[in-house]
Amino acid sequence: MAKEFDIPKLPTYLEIPEINEGVMEGEGPFKSAKEFQSPLGFPGEKVDNWQEVAINKMGELKSKYRSVQVFLDACVKCGACTDKCHYFLGSSDPKNMPVARQDLFRSVYRRHFTFAGKYFPKLVGAKELDDEMLDDWYNYFHQCSQCRRCSVFCPYGIDTAEISMAAREVLDSVGVGQKYCNQILGKAITIGNNLGLPEPALRDTLLDLEEEIEEETGVAVKYPLDVKGAEILLITPSADFFAEPHIDGLIGYGKVFHQDGVSWTMSSYASEGANFGMFIGSYDIMRKAALRIRKAALDLEVSRVMVGECGHAWRVAYSFWNTLTGVGAGATDEFGQKLQNQLDSRYPQPQHIIEYTHDLIQQGKLNFDKSANDDRTVTFHDSCNVARATNMGGIPNGQFILPREVIKAVCNNYVDMERSTIMESTFCCGGGGGLLTDDLMEIRIKGAMPRMQALKEVEKSDAVDTLVAICAICKSQFSKVLPKFDFDPYMIASAHQLVSEAIIMDKPQTDDAPAEEVEEASETSVETETAE
Amino acid sequence: MADILGAEVDEEGFLVDLKDWTKEIAVEMAKGDDIELSEEHWDVINFLRDYFEEYQIAPAVRVLTKAIGKQFGKEKGNSKYLYSLFPYGPGKQGCRFAGLPKPTGCI
Ligand code: SF4
Ligand code: SF4
Ligand code: SF4
Repeated sequence: MAKEFDIPKLPTYLEIPEINEGVMEGEGPFKSAKEFQSPLGFPGEKVDNWQEVAINKMGELKSKYRSVQVFLDACVKCGACTDKCHYFLGSSDPKNMPVARQDLFRSVYRRHFTFAGKYFPKLVGAKELDDEMLDDWYNYFHQCSQCRRCSVFCPYGIDTAEISMAAREVLDSVGVGQKYCNQILGKAITIGNNLGLPEPALRDTLLDLEEEIEEETGVAVKYPLDVKGAEILLITPSADFFAEPHIDGLIGYGKVFHQDGVSWTMSSYASEGANFGMFIGSYDIMRKAALRIRKAALDLEVSRVMVGECGHAWRVAYSFWNTLTGVGAGATDEFGQKLQNQLDSRYPQPQHIIEYTHDLIQQGKLNFDKSANDDRTVTFHDSCNVARATNMGGIPNGQFILPREVIKAVCNNYVDMERSTIMESTFCCGGGGGLLTDDLMEIRIKGAMPRMQALKEVEKSDAVDTLVAICAICKSQFSKVLPKFDFDPYMIASAHQLVSEAIIMDKPQTDDAPAEEVEEASETSVETETAE
Repeated sequence: MADILGAEVDEEGFLVDLKDWTKEIAVEMAKGDDIELSEEHWDVINFLRDYFEEYQIAPAVRVLTKAIGKQFGKEKGNSKYLYSLFPYGPGKQGCRFAGLPKPTGCI
């Protein structure tokens, strides 16, 4: 079925590859069929007058997102970004150089929206949007994980991620959508999570987990669902309920909550942190997904909203939730303001689970037996969305400092990878931005090469055998690509998995009456969002 | 679109209409992957189908390993055992043979 391809070798030093024109040419990922397009309001197939629709859409985006226009106008072709993309480094296809990727979009923009491009197209590299160009867009904008590494090195801060979001939005508007993202979004906005996990399945999975932890530790750690009046609402990627090592992180969150003695809950109505609306560049759909969280927070009357280990979730939460939902400051509509008043302003809203655990450690509320992780030598993968689009702890570089401090508080052996591959310069795992699908396995493996290279070096120098990440996609991607580079797939771990191993569960057992349980949170309450 | 024994499958080889599933289809799909279905395979396939019937989704990895361990012996309750039966993953390959939709998400 899949085409044969070479798995990149891991060199001792990362070098700029020799260019191989067209190696990653192709049809791109599976296209979204009508059944996945329509629920999102996109045409079911490529529309007849697609050129006209696309150009209009580009015009709309140009005025709606000022940044996109600035990025399109500002590039001076200095070349600083060319060797900064992991997909270029791993695939050697020149169209995966960030500036070349932008130029796919820019050349059409020039043709239609600049004076010179309209009258002297050849002089300014302006091009027609024809079938071939659209195919190239579809293919190469699905070889960008929107990780923003290139933007760190661009003197003008040009962000290819935003251009790639815009391009995908145009593609969706003409009926050329990606199956993986759009199918998942359909589930997220109807069932409440990307997996399509309905409430009974979620409830039983959590009960199972409680049983298992109690068997193992003798402590009744709870995983509350739809508990009205709980203090904290936890929003975590649904992969945490389903996949490994994600669920080991979920076990860790529960133990930390238990030790703190705080009341918390998850919501079956808003059981997803990851918001794929961002990947496809659609603000409307991103909002739709985020509004489920607002509704859950209002219905459950929580005073704090917290986010689990998920890169994109934290980016959307950190940068957009305030205006999207009222978690944070700045909401203007009634329900958003209502939520703002409901949430406790003594805590950061939203708060990341790493910030929470970090804070408890600082206060001396958690005790650890670090030797429980002595069998490991650990390194940390900065998830690109957390690293380059958010902060933690409200201190400069907190998003790099806090996760490392949490890890070091629970284990004795920690080593960082090469400085140019971590923190703000971190290499993406290769599976972000809507690329975590089997039909994109070739680019996922090739794009993982730079991260794998840095990992190989610390394996050689320090015998690193555990790679920690705080993003659901990173974790899944790594468990697939690690064996391709001769690593143990089980070396990938959740940050709270290490917390879970080391935490001393010494809180005296109480049998407090649990808070009141709401039945069918989603049905009994007033709809805060009118369905269209 | 392609089909298996007359039943339509999507580009990833999953049944389009779950009602089309028969044992013969499962056998045929396995043959395509060079697997001969043993009793152990069927234990997993049957569990997947039962779980799906109740919950409309495939079970989480941990739920699956635990259930298999409980029913068929502790030594079978781990993902290594399941991968030995379904090298492409109990979730993805097992679900396909069992006629379930492909689990997708951040997994
Ligand atoms: S994948 Fe990252 S580095 Fe590459 S072009 Fe996209 S945003 Fe830039
Ligand atoms: S670094 Fe910035 S200005 Fe230079 S080529 Fe790349 S996008 Fe253009
Ligand atoms: S999956 Fe992780 S490394 Fe990859 S794009 Fe997302 S946050 Fe970044």
